[in-house]
Amino acid sequence: MTTPSTETTAPRHAADEEPLLKVEGLVKHFPIGGGFLSKSTSAVQAVDGVDFEVRKGETFSIVGESGCGKSTTARLVTRLLEPTSGRVTFDGTDISHLSDAKMRPMRRDIQMIFQDPYSSLNPRHTVGKIVGAPFKLQGVDPEGGRRKAVQELLKTVGLNPEHYNRYPHEFSGGQRQRIGIARTLALKPKLIVADEPVSALDVSIQAQVVNLLEDLQEELDLTYVMIAHDLSVVRHVSDRVAVMYLGKIVEIGERDDLYDRPRHPYTVAMLSAVPVPDTKRRENRERIRLVGDVPSPINPPPACRFHTRCWKAQEICRTEEPPLLQITSGPAVTGPGHTVACHFPVEPGELAEKT
Amino acid sequence: MASASLVAESDKEIQGRSLSQIAWRRLRKDKVALAGGFFIVFLIVVAIFAPLITHITGGPPNEYHSDLVDPALGPYGTFGGISWQHPMGVEPITGRDIFSRVLYGARISLLIALLATAVSVIIGTVVGITSGFFGGWVDAILSRIMDMFLAFPVLVFAIALAGVFPEKAFGLSGTPLKLTLLIFVIGFFSWPYIGRIVRGQTISLREREYVEAARSLGAKRPYILRTEILPNLMAPILVYATLIIPTNILFEAALSFLGVGLPPPTATWGGMLSDAVIYYTLPHFMFWPGLAIFATVMAFNLFGDGLRDAFDPRSGR
Repeated sequence: MTTPSTETTAPRHAADEEPLLKVEGLVKHFPIGGGFLSKSTSAVQAVDGVDFEVRKGETFSIVGESGCGKSTTARLVTRLLEPTSGRVTFDGTDISHLSDAKMRPMRRDIQMIFQDPYSSLNPRHTVGKIVGAPFKLQGVDPEGGRRKAVQELLKTVGLNPEHYNRYPHEFSGGQRQRIGIARTLALKPKLIVADEPVSALDVSIQAQVVNLLEDLQEELDLTYVMIAHDLSVVRHVSDRVAVMYLGKIVEIGERDDLYDRPRHPYTVAMLSAVPVPDTKRRENRERIRLVGDVPSPINPPPACRFHTRCWKAQEICRTEEPPLLQITSGPAVTGPGHTVACHFPVEPGELAEKT
Repeated sequence: MASASLVAESDKEIQGRSLSQIAWRRLRKDKVALAGGFFIVFLIVVAIFAPLITHITGGPPNEYHSDLVDPALGPYGTFGGISWQHPMGVEPITGRDIFSRVLYGARISLLIALLATAVSVIIGTVVGITSGFFGGWVDAILSRIMDMFLAFPVLVFAIALAGVFPEKAFGLSGTPLKLTLLIFVIGFFSWPYIGRIVRGQTISLREREYVEAARSLGAKRPYILRTEILPNLMAPILVYATLIIPTNILFEAALSFLGVGLPPPTATWGGMLSDAVIYYTLPHFMFWPGLAIFATVMAFNLFGDGLRDAFDPRSGR
C-alpha cells in the first residue's frame, strides 16, 4: 500500500454562511503539581490541537473513550475553561480569551447540558429557582413574569409545571435531566453543548431524553455539540461526527460516511466494539481488540498518537504526524468533508479479507 | 427571585419537601438526640429565669448563710445541708446556696460557650470558604495559618494573657471585660476546626456541576458563593457548631478552675470545682458543679451527633 496522496479539504458548504462555531488549533494543557513553592514541570495535554466547525442547525458529535479530552473540549467551547492556545469563534466573535464580564452576554447564546443530573442541580434549590436562575443571572424579564416562563419551560421539556416548588431529590434521573434541559433553554440559546447528556441515565430513559433533544432542535432551531461515548446514541442523533483520541481529532465526517466507511484504524476498532444484537450479522464481522491501555496524556506518544496500539503502524507513524485531511486517491478514498488523520487509512473490505 | 412571594397565589401548588425538612423529620425520630435537645432547651430556660427560680428557693448566689454552717465541720444536716430551701446544699464556711450558684454558673457557661462558638463559626466560615473556593496560594496561606492556630498552646496563652491584660480596656472593666476577653480567646482559638471542615466541603462543592452550570449562565463569584455554595454548607456548620459548644464549655470551666476565668465572687462551674478541691472531705460540694458540666457537655454532644446523622444518614452507625 502506498501513502495516499492528500489535499486540503474543500469547504463542503462553500456557499453557506459562516459556521456558527469555529474551533481552530484548540489546546488545553493542565499543569501538574506546582504549588505554593514549587513550580509545575509537566502538564496533562488534555486537548492538543483540535479543529472543527459546527454549522447552524446541525448536530455535531464528538466521540471518544474516557480521558480523550472531549469533555475538556466542551468546557473550552462554553468558556468554562480558558484555552491554553488556539481560537474559538462563535457567531463571528472570537471568544477564546474574553473576560468574564465580556463573556457574560455571550453566555445567553451558548448553553450547556451536563452529564450527571444528580450533580448538576443544586439540592438546596427548588425546581423553580433552578430553572429561573438564567433569568435572574442575565437580568431577563420574560413576558408574563419569570414564574410563568419557568412553568412554560417545564411544560416544554415534558414536566408537570405544578412541580415548581419541588426539590431535585424528589425526581428521577430522567426527570432531573429534563430540569437541566429546561434551564439551558431558558435564555433561548443558539448553541447547546451537551456533555454526555444521557450517559448517566437508564437505557430506557436515554431514548426519551434523546428524542426530547431532537424535538427541541426542530422546534427551537437549535445547534448541538454533543459529547458522547455511546456510538449508537451518536449515530441516532448526529449529522456529523468527530472521533477524538488522546486530545486530537483523528477523523471527522458525515454520520453515514463515518459509520459505513470508517478510515482511521481507531474509528474502525471503536465501531467494531459496538455490540450487535443480530446474531447473523455478528458472524460476518470481525472484532478488533485493541491491545494495551490508552497512553498517558502527560507524556503522549510522538507523531501519530495511536501508533502504540495500531495494528497498521509503521515507522513513519512514530516520526511524522499525519495531518487531518480528505483522502482523494487510492482505495481508501473519502468523500467530501470526510477527513482522516492517518498514514495508512483502512481500505474498504480490508477487514473482511482478513477473516 | 419573585417566586417566594408568588407561592401563595397559586391554589394548585405542589409543595416540595426541602432537605432541612427531611432532616428535621429524621431528627424527631432520634430519641437520644431529642433528649439531649430537650435538656439544652431546659438548661437555657432555667439559666434565663435563674433570678426568678432562686427567688423561690435559696436566694441569690452570693448570699451568705453562716447560720447553716459549722465553721469547722461544714454544713449542718445530711449531704451538705440539703433542704427544701437549699436542694443541693450549701457551701462550707460561707453557706452560699449551691443550687443558686449552679444556676448562675449555667448562665456564664452558656453565654461564653455560645458567643465564643458564634465567633469561631463566623471566622471559620469566612476563612474556610475563602480558602476552599479560591484555592491556590490563598488556600496555601490560610491553611498554614489554621495549622498554626491548631498548634498554638492555647491554655498557656490564655493564662498568660489573663495575667498581663489591663484592668480597663475597650471602655470595659471588671467582669464585662473578663467576659469579653474569655469569649474572644476561646472563640479565636476554636475557629480552625470549623475552618477546616468548611474548607474541605467548599472544595468538594466547588467542583459540582451545578456550580459550573451557574458559571455557564454568567454567575459572578459572590452569587456562586452565596447562592450555590453557602446553603449547602449550613448543615455541616450547624452540626460542628453544636459539637464545638461542649468543648468551649469545658474550656471555660478549665480556665475558671485555673483561676483565670471570671473573678470571684461570680459563680462559675469551673470556679466552684476549684473551690471544692480544698474540701475534698465534703464530696457533695464537688458533685453538683461536676454533674452540671457533665450533663451539659453530654447533652450537646448527643444532640450534635443526632443532628449530624439527621443531615447525613450515611455517616456514623
